[in-house]
Amino acid sequence: MWSRLVSLGLRAPVGGRQGFTSKVDPQGSGRITVQVIEHLERLALVDFGSREAVARLEKAIAFADRLRAVDTDGVEPMESVLEDRCLYLRSDNVVEGNCADELLQNSHRVVEEYFVAPPGNISLPKLDEQEPFPHS
Amino acid sequence: QSGSSLRIVSAALKQGQITPTELCQKCLSLIKKTKFLNAYITVSEEVALKQAEESEKRYKNGQSLGDLDGIPVAVKDNFSTSGIETTCASNMLKGYIPPYNATVVQKLLDQGALLMGKTNLDEFAMGSGSTDGVFGPVKNPWSYSKQYREKRKQNPHSKNEDSDWLITGGSSGGSAAAVSAFTCYAALGSDTGGSTRNPAAHCGLVGFKPSYGLVSRHGLIPLVNSMDVPGILTRCVDDAAIVLGALAGPDPKDSTTVHDPINKPFMLPSLADVSKLCIGIPKEYLVPELSSEVRSLWSKAADLFESEGAKVLEVSLPHTSYSIVCYHVLCTSEVASNMARFDGLQYGHRCDIDVSTEAMYAATRREGFNDVVRGRILSGNFFLLKENYENYFVKAQKVRRLIANDFVNAFNSGVDVLLTPTTLSEAVPYLEFIKEDNRTRSAQDDIFTQAVNMAGLPAVSIPVALSNQGLPIGLQFIGRAFCDQQLLTVAKWFEKQVQFPVIQLQELMDDCSAVLENEKLASVSLKQ
Repeated sequence: MWSRLVSLGLRAPVGGRQGFTSKVDPQGSGRITVQVIEHLERLALVDFGSREAVARLEKAIAFADRLRAVDTDGVEPMESVLEDRCLYLRSDNVVEGNCADELLQNSHRVVEEYFVAPPGNISLPKLDEQEPFPHS
Repeated sequence: QSGSSLRIVSAALKQGQITPTELCQKCLSLIKKTKFLNAYITVSEEVALKQAEESEKRYKNGQSLGDLDGIPVAVKDNFSTSGIETTCASNMLKGYIPPYNATVVQKLLDQGALLMGKTNLDEFAMGSGSTDGVFGPVKNPWSYSKQYREKRKQNPHSKNEDSDWLITGGSSGGSAAAVSAFTCYAALGSDTGGSTRNPAAHCGLVGFKPSYGLVSRHGLIPLVNSMDVPGILTRCVDDAAIVLGALAGPDPKDSTTVHDPINKPFMLPSLADVSKLCIGIPKEYLVPELSSEVRSLWSKAADLFESEGAKVLEVSLPHTSYSIVCYHVLCTSEVASNMARFDGLQYGHRCDIDVSTEAMYAATRREGFNDVVRGRILSGNFFLLKENYENYFVKAQKVRRLIANDFVNAFNSGVDVLLTPTTLSEAVPYLEFIKEDNRTRSAQDDIFTQAVNMAGLPAVSIPVALSNQGLPIGLQFIGRAFCDQQLLTVAKWFEKQVQFPVIQLQELMDDCSAVLENEKLASVSLKQ
């Protein structure tokens, strides 16, 4: 099935991946393995696109690691500065709506009152299932 | 320039000395003359003129809506404006036309303000220079000021003057440039880590960040839901108070707005004396990277308060050095979540791939987002991974509490208002700014401003004096939560003491053809 999808041209636009993943910076934190890259790309549906982007992430992680030096024993996480207040809830009455036409206007692909999506439940191909790249 | 304050021009409108249409035309003409600043993404000329016409009718019938009726304003392009393109300076939303107004926009319109246009920003408000949007960078009007040019001993007619133009700061640089160049009387920015205060300081403006929960975020395309607030940019404190008066208040469409009764309108008393005031100076904000000029002005400001009878105390915000790291983790994490809505299905850019939803989403997002946005999404997703969640995201939330508590402790020690720098230095040239990447710059430039967002406090940047190079330097006042009025009252007193000079752009206005010529030359030389 993967090879069929590949031949349908699935790989080409989504991929654009260079062979950098096999050359991940050995001086890095070691956290950015190929598996992590794939995992992040799949979760974020955003690709790194270049070695520089991976290096930037490594720098961002190194920066974030500075937090380890802070003693947070017994400190509760703070989610909102308004945590001591109650969120206001509106009464459950319909006061606006019926604007399907307006909302549909902003989409590129609609059919009648439906937004049209491509077929789902098809995962992005893994990196090593891509067409051959210049590997080391 | 007389009539350059909202208050003054509002009085002129009420007395019939000028009509809304004349005012609108004047601002539209200035927008055209200052087009090279690239402050505006969309100029809503027809809309503004129509609004001016309606305002005029109201004034004729003696039924003006208030201080903002007929006043030209501009809005940062990450606020939804009904029927007017809203792009967030991103390919992802090019051509997107919201079907509704952000609450703050609606409130301005309900007060009769004239919407001149949507201003430029860093893409999705991520950045501290207003240089990373798809419509190009914003230029600081002070680059063309007499004050700056004279210091550089440059002949305004010399050819190469434009290649060293200065950044506005960011991410609300377009709004700052728009107000600074007199194309409007007030502009909306957004402030997540300093995005309103930073460009205000670099452009010689008042940049106000309200308390979190005071002003509705409905319609502000979100970056970090727990820190974003709409910001106000004006040429003086009284003007900011007028705008705040129109915007503050609970919104049923934003459940994070507080429902406490607020005293409106926001009339600022003129402080007769500051002897009952206690000013706090956080010692950890004295960092080595702080320019000597800013440090000197900060020190002079503290002395000024003291000499006028105020108590000036050194305070400690012990977790300051971790603040920017904490902000970085929380910001990227929330961004990763907020950017997930851009998938090409219901609005915004959509790629041509149709093979699967995942492939379509991925390609759409690659095409729609720039490197900065994508980098933050990936970082955020990393921190939110199951194996990282406790050590990064929750850890940062805990540090956030420590930072917020630092401020509480400082205020509990008797301090009314904190006084700090806004930026490390004056505005730098664009060519120098782009030598470092966006994340590095943001980490440097947000250093004095982002802790305020994490604590949800009100803060305002006030222009203090010109640097040796003739460029604006601002200082920041931070107040207690929901004590915005008191904060602005102190800021107003300080503004009156320092008498910051008006930007002199006259030569620019009279001779914009020469500048446009240089602009073309400069863009050619940059392309090489």
